[in-house]
Amino acid sequence: MKLTLKIWRQGGKYKGEFVTYSLDNINEHMSFLEMLDVLNEQLIRQREEPIAFEHDCREGICGTCSLVINGRPHGPLKGTTTCQLHMRTFKDGETIVIEPFRAKAFPVIRDLVVDRSAFDRIIQAGGYISVNTGQAPEANSIPIEKEVASRAFDAAACIGCGACVAACPNASAMLFTAAKVSHLALLPQGQVERKRRVLRMVAQMDKEGFGRCSNVKACEAECPKEISVSNIARMNREYLFAAVASETIA
Amino acid sequence: MTSADIKLNAKIPAGPLAEKWESYKGHVPLVSANNKRRIDVIVVGTGLAGASAAASLGELGYNVKVFTFHDSPRRAHSIAAQGGINAAKNYRNDGDSVYRLFYDTIKGGDYRAREANVYRLAEVSVNIIDQCVAQGVPFAREYGGLLDNRSFGGTLVSRTFYARGQTGQQLLIGAYQALSRQVALGTVKLYNRHEMLDVVIVDGKCRGIIARNLLTGELERHGAHAVVLCSGGYSNVFYLSTNAMLTNVTAAWRAHRRGALFGNPCFTQIHPTCIPVSGDYQSKLTLMSESLRNDGRCWVPKDPADAKKHPNDIPEEARDYYLERRYPSFGNLVPRDIASRAAKAECDAGKGVGPTGLAVYLDFADAIRRYGRDTIAARYGNLFEMYEKITGDNPYEVPMRIYPAVHYTMGGLWVDYELMTTVPGLYAAGEANFSDHGANRLGASALMQGLADGYFVLPYTIGAYLSKEIRTGPIPTNTPEFERTEKEVADRIHRLMSIGGKESAESLHRRLGKIMWNKCGMARNAKGLQEAIREIRALREEFWTNLYVPGRSDEFNPELEKAWRVADFLELAELMCIDALHRNESCGGHFREEYQTADGEALRDDENYKYVAAWEWRGEDEQPVLHKEPLVYEEVEIAQRSYK
Repeated sequence: MKLTLKIWRQGGKYKGEFVTYSLDNINEHMSFLEMLDVLNEQLIRQREEPIAFEHDCREGICGTCSLVINGRPHGPLKGTTTCQLHMRTFKDGETIVIEPFRAKAFPVIRDLVVDRSAFDRIIQAGGYISVNTGQAPEANSIPIEKEVASRAFDAAACIGCGACVAACPNASAMLFTAAKVSHLALLPQGQVERKRRVLRMVAQMDKEGFGRCSNVKACEAECPKEISVSNIARMNREYLFAAVASETIA
Repeated sequence: MTSADIKLNAKIPAGPLAEKWESYKGHVPLVSANNKRRIDVIVVGTGLAGASAAASLGELGYNVKVFTFHDSPRRAHSIAAQGGINAAKNYRNDGDSVYRLFYDTIKGGDYRAREANVYRLAEVSVNIIDQCVAQGVPFAREYGGLLDNRSFGGTLVSRTFYARGQTGQQLLIGAYQALSRQVALGTVKLYNRHEMLDVVIVDGKCRGIIARNLLTGELERHGAHAVVLCSGGYSNVFYLSTNAMLTNVTAAWRAHRRGALFGNPCFTQIHPTCIPVSGDYQSKLTLMSESLRNDGRCWVPKDPADAKKHPNDIPEEARDYYLERRYPSFGNLVPRDIASRAAKAECDAGKGVGPTGLAVYLDFADAIRRYGRDTIAARYGNLFEMYEKITGDNPYEVPMRIYPAVHYTMGGLWVDYELMTTVPGLYAAGEANFSDHGANRLGASALMQGLADGYFVLPYTIGAYLSKEIRTGPIPTNTPEFERTEKEVADRIHRLMSIGGKESAESLHRRLGKIMWNKCGMARNAKGLQEAIREIRALREEFWTNLYVPGRSDEFNPELEKAWRVADFLELAELMCIDALHRNESCGGHFREEYQTADGEALRDDENYKYVAAWEWRGEDEQPVLHKEPLVYEEVEIAQRSYK
């Protein structure tokens, strides 16, 4: 395959611009990131700066890889991370545009690498069940309906990649936050902190500079783990309930 | 420290095996709450072991600093574990017990693991499940709402807890959330995008680390009363492995160079069910969970002439279900080392399938007929999808093609019962240590060990050391030791940057991987290992004269990070070959072709090699020195391992 790549470069000698590269002899069975490895190997041999991009597990689970490919986070395939995308998806001679995940809350570090630590701070704000090591009751003491556990799992499958933010015209982190709120709110273990959790996580999400949700649903369409927007509906309900139905009577 | 000073003391508590841990916990010195506040602990790595250790130590009240080179603690490679986690809960009433989990692990490890550590692991396994459920880990459940189990290789009971095919992800997210809670509470300070590049030794004790801020390139000194390395395994020395691309040996190797002995470096696990290599461009291999062998049947054509035929055109009578034939009692669920070697033997005999001839079939047709497509989809749906994405084949219709690949390293830093290395104050937990799996790890035991170490072992054992540090006061970092270590790190970075050769770190790494896979991989022999040692030395020479690292050292530079890691792999690789060459026996994942039974099984030599080989670093271009920890089996009767 022959390809033309237009890649966003930022940092070093680049102020923030698209640079065009040509690649030849690309095997259609290569993964997308292996194609970028080939380009980087070529750039290093020419003593040029290789393109910085993030990756690690290359099997679609760690959430490190990102990239907006031809306008779509993680590229054109549904339910697929960039690292699981193979070149057979593209046409010989195609021009591919590659950009970082863009959002105010995800500042660019270099080229295609962005800072997603805002997600960690949202989890730190309340995305957990407060149980110290050693305090746990016997695991089977609380039966959980299979269906409920399964729904909690669907939400917990989020890999924290940030595609939902990159896909959203408002750069909202609602799907990410809602997935964690849902995962924990659905389980009996998560009930005690249910209200506090949603209030704190939403407050942190706003503080980080993510936008509001306007029901575009691009997040669900682009999520590589196909997390449902119904989680956002659930979070809105959780939030409303927590905000209106206060525990304390002044 | 010189060789003569090193006396390996595993510090195994006295008393009957089943009472050792209880008795240890009852007698280990405690640190009072107000003293814990004055004690600093560094944890390197945020996988299952690191995140659980950092969270638990933070909960106890220590001042914890946790380091990860990733952007977020949740990225650690534990996240990619698929199949499950073992625990001796005996929920199935199928005869499981702590003793059986212990026994299966010792036997699975081919009698090269330490009894006391393994028994403790089996004991705390039940607490792990309780802890994770309380954190909200969404394990698979039955219709009655209770936890579900499945079987894994090397066992005859169902004791593996799982969360679809993403058990590692869910357990790591649980530990990450517990860690995040401590970060929010201020007991743990998180240093993301920081890589540990050396440990600092002061008066023979580990007193901190030198870390590089990967965004700015700045070197930082961090002092602490104890340092815990949870930096994972070193499978990527083979370049192609199932490990995440950035997984590396650097933290463990730098500790080794500072005096921590390295245990059984040649014990590597080759996992039987991976997607075969497809081309030279390949950057990593993808595992297909061992759980697939619950329902999938391994076969090759009986006649090599059929190897290129479409599998669905090969009739039942022309297929050889070689695992079921050779190992009737365990069948497709033999341990990993045995399944891998059996696949290799079939391919070596010319019966390998697929374009390269380096693959066997894993067939679900029977299971789909028996249980229906929906049930199989519920069990393995995500794995089938992943397979189809990578290969373009649909495993519901065509058997999967699989081949073994490097997956895990049983070897690692030598630690005693308390998980302390031979450097006082320096601990190693999880895959980074050598301790629990002997020469072969059983499926679903890595997650168990990582969390056991972090949640339930280290929080107790570290107190034995820290209780003596309560009067030490804060560790200053403006001392000559910190200064010297930082300078050595800076010099090495400078050296890497200024070689100015032609080859990228990646291309040199690929070449190292080929040497290791061909000569120190699934089958090894003395001649090949000697060649490998010479080739590794030559490659190391080439690395230090012909490497090119683009960019600068004072900025975000992934190529520099890679170069440093490859330099460490080039040193480790030689030690692995030396270890493999010295161990004149076959055991577990270490298969020396010279030592096998008439029917091709591993032939152990208990008389001469029933010990842990712990290697001491003596300097570049110096021969490492071997120290032996004899393995004493009080409880288990040693036998030839049989799964027939």
